[in-house]
Amino acid sequence: MANKKYSKEQLTDFYRTMVRIRTFEEKAAECFTKGMLAGNIHLSIGQEAAAAGAFAAIQPQDYFTSTHRGHGHAIARGMDPNLCMAELFGKKTGYCQGKGGSMHIADMKKMNHLGANGIVGAGQGISAGSALASKIMGDDAVTVGCFGDSSTNEGTFHENLNMAAAWKLPVVWFIENNCYGVSTEIHRVTNTPDLAPRAAAYDVPFAVVDGTDAVAVYEAMVKAMDHARSGKGPYVVEAKVYRYQGHYCGDPAVYRPDEYMEKALENDAIEKMGKRLMDLGVKAEELEAIRKAADDEMNAAVQFAVDSEYPDPSEAVTDVYSSDNERCVAR
Amino acid sequence: MSKKITVSKAIGEALHEEMVRDDKVFIMGEDMAVMGNVFAITRGFLEEFGPNRVIDTPISEEGFCGMAVGAAMRGMRPVVELMYDDFATVAADPLLNQAAKMRYMSGGQATVPMVLRAPMGAGRRNAGQHSQSLENFFCHFPGLKVIAPCTAKDAKGMLKSAIRDDDPVIVLEHKLLYAKKEEIPEEEYLIPLGQADVKREGKDLTIITWSREVNFSLEAAQTLAAEGIDVEVLDLRSLVPLDWDAIVKSVSKTHNVIIVSEEVKRGSYAGEISAQIAEELFDELDAPVERVCGLNIVPPFSPTLEDENFPHPDTIVKAVKRVLNK
Repeated sequence: MANKKYSKEQLTDFYRTMVRIRTFEEKAAECFTKGMLAGNIHLSIGQEAAAAGAFAAIQPQDYFTSTHRGHGHAIARGMDPNLCMAELFGKKTGYCQGKGGSMHIADMKKMNHLGANGIVGAGQGISAGSALASKIMGDDAVTVGCFGDSSTNEGTFHENLNMAAAWKLPVVWFIENNCYGVSTEIHRVTNTPDLAPRAAAYDVPFAVVDGTDAVAVYEAMVKAMDHARSGKGPYVVEAKVYRYQGHYCGDPAVYRPDEYMEKALENDAIEKMGKRLMDLGVKAEELEAIRKAADDEMNAAVQFAVDSEYPDPSEAVTDVYSSDNERCVAR
Repeated sequence: MSKKITVSKAIGEALHEEMVRDDKVFIMGEDMAVMGNVFAITRGFLEEFGPNRVIDTPISEEGFCGMAVGAAMRGMRPVVELMYDDFATVAADPLLNQAAKMRYMSGGQATVPMVLRAPMGAGRRNAGQHSQSLENFFCHFPGLKVIAPCTAKDAKGMLKSAIRDDDPVIVLEHKLLYAKKEEIPEEEYLIPLGQADVKREGKDLTIITWSREVNFSLEAAQTLAAEGIDVEVLDLRSLVPLDWDAIVKSVSKTHNVIIVSEEVKRGSYAGEISAQIAEELFDELDAPVERVCGLNIVPPFSPTLEDENFPHPDTIVKAVKRVLNK
């Protein structure tokens, strides 16, 4: 991990991104607990290094799909926390005008976001299809499909990786393996210690990295993106992460042994990066300032969401269709 | 000027014209490229448009339908073929949870301009998993448009409109219509989605129908005409959007209705239309609306069994007489 080739500024960027993700989610959880927002809130606290590292390697022209646990991807990509939080609150000012909520936050126009998805594995087809579009159009975008460990047990993982490999599509699959599909520990239902090696079945290269180390994730993703962009086809990266919370906000995760969280906290990505920065001479006050700025930013996001209007009930029937919407919705 | 070609050729012409017109249009599905489709619809396309735009897929329906969604979200116009509409069950998530919902869930950000062509229907002795009419299945999901043309002219003009439409469109093509030769215009034309077509005018009763049952209904109408019963055949062509104005106009004229489809009767789209007429046009009706559909059974194989499972001209004649009390 002691990698001298990264400047203080680069590492500080990772630190800031991770802190912003965690703070956003802590505020969201607090609002949920207070009853200020409803629905399913899936937190990625403990997975921040994966999002920060991966998205540092993703270029502006690239596309990506996200998941039900997608707040971190949105923040790491540079989306506006105000509009993200407003979407969690179901407000008109949210990215999806309150029609999607936490599981579907996306900025499709400005951020090349192809949707956060509530169906495990759905992003595999969509990301491969986006890569097919790039191949047909001849652009140089790579599409990154982000998903969790459990999606590797969906049929789409195999169907779409097989096609992406056969057709050399510019797609990178980024698996955040937090070891749990809701309550089920992955190794109770899967025979291999790692998941990415399944790519070998399709002659697709892969890497397994420590997902609590943003630099390690970044390096693996840079390699994967270069591979895909150069026309060599797909690449699969698995980042080993920890999910500090239950499956969703309000799940006490009683099914999980204490050792899981003990190990998780020993490997906390933000703590580790903070220590690393201090070893490089960054002062504690500077880190504190980053945390304070994130706290202010996310408090403001909550305030923005609180102050925003709900969509007018009449908007329930808009946006179902691009054309002839009224008639299609009427009967 | 007109020419006489098969329905399958008309569909091929629509695909060809749209691929020439717009390089965002591409085709993918099982046996679409090298073989040129099991019904020869895309024969010669691979040579003309190349392997990037005419794609043979593996037998991975969920996978390639999902890819079509992703490509469509990027502005491409994929035209995907499911070899049989029955296979929609293995591609259910990309079609029903992704293509249909992406626009709404994203607050109008996404468009998914994909077309799914799905050969369907009974009568080819294809048994339980290759013979269904799944109109109700597709029409249930807001976000999808669903069309089921019968004639060569409609099949071509509506497929062209479907490809140009920014919403996902399911095109149900009855397999036993493909070989039928019919007149179509020589010159290029479009038929918009959402417009029903009166295939036969009449004053005594309206048969609301679509796809292959249009032809059976027209046969039945001829038989009935000989007995002095004058039936109107309203070909919906488009199920979503539904041309309600055309239904109101016809029902207000004839005051009697049957709805004919090959679907399983229980939960059918025919039943949905029946309900809407009962709710909104009750005062226009002289008799209860009757659904004339398949049975509530699995599609059987043996000819004597399968023929029980979809309406024939004589079934329709009997239903019309029942409703008219004749």
